[in-house]
Amino acid sequence: MAFKGIKSLLVAALAGFLLLNSGVAKAQHEGEIKADTTATHGEKEFDITETIMDHVKDSYGWHLWGHTSVHLPVMLYTDKGLEVFSSKNLRDEHHQPVVYNGKNSYKLNHETGKIEILNADGTSNTTAKLFDFSITKNVATLLLSMLLVCIIFLSIAKAYQKRGVNSAPKGLQSFLEPIILFVRDDIAKPNIGPKYTKYMPFLLSIFFFIWLNNMLGLIPFFPGGANLSGNIAFTMVLALIVFVVVNVSANKNYWKHIFWMPGVAWPMKLFLAPIELMGVFIKPISLMIRLFANITAGHILVLALICLIFVFKAVAAAAVAVPFAVFIYCIELLVAFLQAFIFTMLTALYIGMAIEEHHHEEAHH
Amino acid sequence: MFFLDLDPLVKPDLGLIIWMTVTFFIVMFVLGKYAWKPILKAVHTRENKIEDAITQAAKVQAEMAQLKNDNEALLTKAREERAVMLKEAKDIKDKIINEAKDQAKVEANKIITDAQAAINHQKMAALTEIKNQVGNLVIEVSEKFYAES
Repeated sequence: MAFKGIKSLLVAALAGFLLLNSGVAKAQHEGEIKADTTATHGEKEFDITETIMDHVKDSYGWHLWGHTSVHLPVMLYTDKGLEVFSSKNLRDEHHQPVVYNGKNSYKLNHETGKIEILNADGTSNTTAKLFDFSITKNVATLLLSMLLVCIIFLSIAKAYQKRGVNSAPKGLQSFLEPIILFVRDDIAKPNIGPKYTKYMPFLLSIFFFIWLNNMLGLIPFFPGGANLSGNIAFTMVLALIVFVVVNVSANKNYWKHIFWMPGVAWPMKLFLAPIELMGVFIKPISLMIRLFANITAGHILVLALICLIFVFKAVAAAAVAVPFAVFIYCIELLVAFLQAFIFTMLTALYIGMAIEEHHHEEAHH
Repeated sequence: MFFLDLDPLVKPDLGLIIWMTVTFFIVMFVLGKYAWKPILKAVHTRENKIEDAITQAAKVQAEMAQLKNDNEALLTKAREERAVMLKEAKDIKDKIINEAKDQAKVEANKIITDAQAAINHQKMAALTEIKNQVGNLVIEVSEKFYAES
């Protein structure tokens, strides 16, 4: 029975994937329709796009409940030097952006949600130098997840030291050991080959870091609530690190296959070189976009379903919206794992391709 | 600028990029040194131990089987030996009995022959004596007869 359940869950997950992939477009479409009605019916109308984007995007505060939120510190670097102040100063009690006067005048841009420097006449100064290093909601989540991942795995490492190698794993250790072994035996070994041990710490780190952040993103309130792994900066940095790791470990054979493909006629070699070279960059970019799009789409989909209640202005809509949202949520739990797995798996694959030795000369002839 | 026209959703924040880079390197360093290394080492050691234990068990099993075979062979050999010994003992017994029987027969025959010889001898002696006695009686009777007459 349990097996049957898992099987149908997998089928549901696959179906969910297709749904999710179209999720962004759908949500955006819904948003547009709503925006139109907002324009015609006036300010009071519920704006689904704004609500969803508010949840998906980064912010300077961390909303707890009702009107309570944690005011995170804002850190700016301008031509007048470093500026640190609480994000409390950026909004008034009605949650409207207000001007904060520090070394410059700062105000939140309503559209982008970012801080801008104001000119003396109150218009925004887009040319002024402004680097924003604020501890935003995403950065706070990032630091929290760093702490969590360190605490979890250091405690497990301790458990191995304490309990020795002769006893069976226990507790958290027994839950995570199969996953560590899964990363090693099913991701690293088959894709990288005999030299996999060197890359294990890297693969394990990205796998668990992505997974933990995907899961944190699914918690709708305080310790979670941020859409960190669905943030393009997060996935970009990971993809960049993968890009560097892959290309630094690449051997001569790999570059030869890119610039002068062996075993094909020379016009073909010339034709393939730019394509292969583009592939070098497209691979990490695809990693970046896949993780970002899947996680963000999932968030948007769940939020859009919940927003249906407000769009129809009827509690009865919850009868449809909530079960659907729960369904998508369950799929999201799976996707959280799956996306971490796919990211790690493709990373291992790219590393494997980069360090593969030249042993199939005959295959090209 | 290309980036400035992007939707804020797909526009990476410089701040988050920097924080993320720093954080990920800290995670990589801390976990790489204090978590992944000891965990993977422990798991590897345990796997080796289990593998060793399995090989050892197989070896012991093979040894046990060998021992059992040896024991059986020994037992069979012992049984055979016992059978041979029993047979030999029986043969010897039979031989002794037969010999004894033969000897007894010879003895008996000899005794019987001796006895018969003795009997004959006695019989002859008795006959001779009877003959002598009869002769004497005849003489005595004759003398007496002649004397009276």
